[in-house]
Amino acid sequence: MTPHVLTRSLDRGATIFLAVVATLGILIPLSNLLLPAGSAFQVPTYLVALFGKYVCYAILALSIDLIWGYCGILSLGHGAFFALGGYAMGMYLMRQIGSRGVYANPILPDFMVFLNWPKLPWYWYGFDSFWFAALMVLLVPGLLAFVFGWFAFRSRVTGVYLSIITQAMTYALLLGFFRNDFGFGGNNGLTDFKDILGFNIQSDGTRAALFMASCLALIVGFLICRAVVTSKLGKVLIAIRDAESRTRFLGYLVESYKLFVFTLSACMAGVAGALYVPQVGIINPSEFAPGNSIEAVIWVAVGGRGTLVGAALGAVVVNYAKTFFTSGVLAPYWLFMLGALFILVTLLLPKGIIGTFHAWWGVRNQRRLTANAESAVREDGVAEPSMAE
Amino acid sequence: MNVMDTRATSAMLYLDGVHVSFDGFHAINNLSLTLAPGEMRAIIGPNGAGKTTMMDIITGKTKPDEGDVLFDGVTDLTRLDETRIAELGIGRKFQKPTVFESQTIEDNLLLALNVDHRVRGTLFWRESKSEMERIERVLETIRLKDARNRLAGSLSHGQKQWLEIGMLLAQDPKLLLVDEPVAGMTDVETHQTAELLKEINRDKTVMVVEHDMTFVRELGVKVTCLHEGSVLAEGTIDQVSSNDRVIEVYLGR
Repeated sequence: MTPHVLTRSLDRGATIFLAVVATLGILIPLSNLLLPAGSAFQVPTYLVALFGKYVCYAILALSIDLIWGYCGILSLGHGAFFALGGYAMGMYLMRQIGSRGVYANPILPDFMVFLNWPKLPWYWYGFDSFWFAALMVLLVPGLLAFVFGWFAFRSRVTGVYLSIITQAMTYALLLGFFRNDFGFGGNNGLTDFKDILGFNIQSDGTRAALFMASCLALIVGFLICRAVVTSKLGKVLIAIRDAESRTRFLGYLVESYKLFVFTLSACMAGVAGALYVPQVGIINPSEFAPGNSIEAVIWVAVGGRGTLVGAALGAVVVNYAKTFFTSGVLAPYWLFMLGALFILVTLLLPKGIIGTFHAWWGVRNQRRLTANAESAVREDGVAEPSMAE
Repeated sequence: MNVMDTRATSAMLYLDGVHVSFDGFHAINNLSLTLAPGEMRAIIGPNGAGKTTMMDIITGKTKPDEGDVLFDGVTDLTRLDETRIAELGIGRKFQKPTVFESQTIEDNLLLALNVDHRVRGTLFWRESKSEMERIERVLETIRLKDARNRLAGSLSHGQKQWLEIGMLLAQDPKLLLVDEPVAGMTDVETHQTAELLKEINRDKTVMVVEHDMTFVRELGVKVTCLHEGSVLAEGTIDQVSSNDRVIEVYLGR
């Protein structure tokens, strides 16, 4: 398409982002595995797992930015898709434990033995296979988003009403997964994982590989999002965000577009959850808590919505701050700080970190161009045709 | 879609006995109106006469309680939604200029082109020469060629109105509904808009709603005056503006 300043600088941003993620995705595991423990450049294993968690959050933030930043759908229940992807992976990991569990039942996970379940419920079938579980990681959140979206978008539920029903959705799932008879370990969720694809889940090598896989998923997710938002479909999404009924009068079936992007986003959130679970070692119903979904929206707002890179950056920055502050004397005040952060960003940086940076960069380049043009005029008395677009 | 065996009417647009009420308020009351193919019609009427509601009915935004709305003699518009109606070839310009402000002028026109509007079509869309040529022609018609890469939000009010008319042209509809195209325009812009609409009318049927009498006079077409949701008078601008009842509703008693 027409090369204008905005797209071009975003492209540069995208390249830098991909280079940074790829570099970290290779260097951090290598430093962890190859350098001797205690060396100044060695990244300890606990940090690899922590960074891996951040990367999963970045993927979740990316999925929220795709629908919120580009299509104006503010989902306050995206944590649900993340958690469902996580549960699908957790079920696979549970089945891998086999007879190494406390009750040594080769088929039934411990919590089922404890609850005197006679046999495996039908919906646990197939989860002993990694590829089946991987498919479910995409399919379950995707299907829920499709059905939910089909009803919501066809009934033209938009704006704050849609946000509220997405909250209700994640809350309903929270309550459901808390119940023991739901068959997902109730309150305790799924934990005590032993290995993944035959590798010990606790070992340094597995952790490093999981971190690399997360970075790879972030890169692939980012490329998919970029492909979507830079296509003509991306323009339609922005049109829907800015003037929904106008878009309808141009002959676009707005519901289909929303449904497509919402489902795609839910699948991405599911992948993020699936990579998250083996790295933190547990999945329980608290992942469905409405607060989690809202927090994820704050990451996107802080980083800058509608920028993709900003969403990922926001997730890492806010979560780093969370790790930093909740481990010190300020721990009891973290939620106040998070609230204050959201208010300050809304008031002072409405475009978020990346959006503000872009605006500043644009103004700076503009000034430089004008200055160049002026000096050209002064030097030879004739204005050079400026390259400004 | 309700396709009848034969064309019920030769009109491009045919409204007969249309009623709409909102919570007991009769916005449209036994409205009957026909537009011949290739015609340009000006609709005038005091505030609340039902002009915009009529456009809402034609474009599928509002469903009438009663009455027939036929497009091109065969299609019952009351059964279709906005998207289908737009795809049939009815384009609408809103009262308040509604363009996609955060996108460029060229992208606004690209979005309006009447090409594949399905998700898959737009996801795998590639720029084609014929589409670019059409955009080029529209840019020329609406005099915004030099501004093509500017964001639509940075345009002046009058230019936004033209851009929206341009988006209508890119849609290549058979029938254009234009709601108050010259509201807030300078005299020069108003004159240019009248010229633009006349040019468009060479191969398209046009319905213009407007308050500005100088503008309506300049268009020089048949005028329909609406009042309380039905037709009060119809004829040339001189006939309509000298009609006693029209004077009465405009000036009050």
